Amino acid sequence: MSDLDDISCRELVELVSDYLEGTLTASDRARLESHVARCGNCAAYVRQMRETITLMGQVPTQTLSVETEARLRVAFREWNARD
Amino acid sequence: MDLVQRWSPTMLRVARMYVPSQAVAEDVVQETWLGVLNGLDRFEERSSLRTWVFSILVNRARSRGQRESRTVPFAALGREEVDGEFAAVEPERFVREGDAVGEWAAPPVRWWEEPERALDSAEAVQRIESEIEKLPETQRAVITMRDVLGMSSEEVRSALDLSETNQRVLLHRARSKVRKALEDYYADE
Repeated sequence: MSDLDDISCRELVELVSDYLEGTLTASDRARLESHVARCGNCAAYVRQMRETITLMGQVPTQTLSVETEARLRVAFREWNARD
Repeated sequence: MDLVQRWSPTMLRVARMYVPSQAVAEDVVQETWLGVLNGLDRFEERSSLRTWVFSILVNRARSRGQRESRTVPFAALGREEVDGEFAAVEPERFVREGDAVGEWAAPPVRWWEEPERALDSAEAVQRIESEIEKLPETQRAVITMRDVLGMSSEEVRSALDLSETNQRVLLHRARSKVRKALEDYYADE
């Protein structure tokens, strides 16, 4: 495939994660961007992927129980106090 | 102790991927910190402290998970998660023949165009969480560490002992599945 060749929508969806990672080669990146600039559906696909990643960052996290944290606090204090 | 507070929530989630309950995950995080304290004198700054701590965590969580029989031995998996055919989007959503071959036949759902859908992101996040839970183990580990917890690709590769290519492939596959689940969720509304 030469640099002038376009990629199809079907091929493009396989590159979006790498595109967002910044790991595409310069020529693949240029091909992808020029396709997205002309194709509203693929632009929507890229946006879906970006929103998916943003929402994943909102998955809640848990914290340690008070008891475990207290035990670790003691362990750290002892470690600091050794010799 | 600052580090314990800062890193433990992330560590709990990583541990929880390998073990059957929150209580065991908590146990693994505690053991990891105690192990870190014991080994700190031997820590060589070839990797960052965080990378080192997470490698210890993953090893402990994995062997604990095997003991509690949640996971199969690591060497036995992974291959089929990276090899084999994969399509980010079902092939039937693209035009199969003619001039427009490879173009969208059933285009992506633009869920952001409907304001009432954008509002309930808490439910969308739950949908995402349950989809991640269903992923094969290594895909789940990679996407959780990268996208849920915001760890770098280097950290994930060294904690999970993955090549750069495999990390990328696993992330691509996992993200594609989660995206699809989210699109289905919005399409069903």
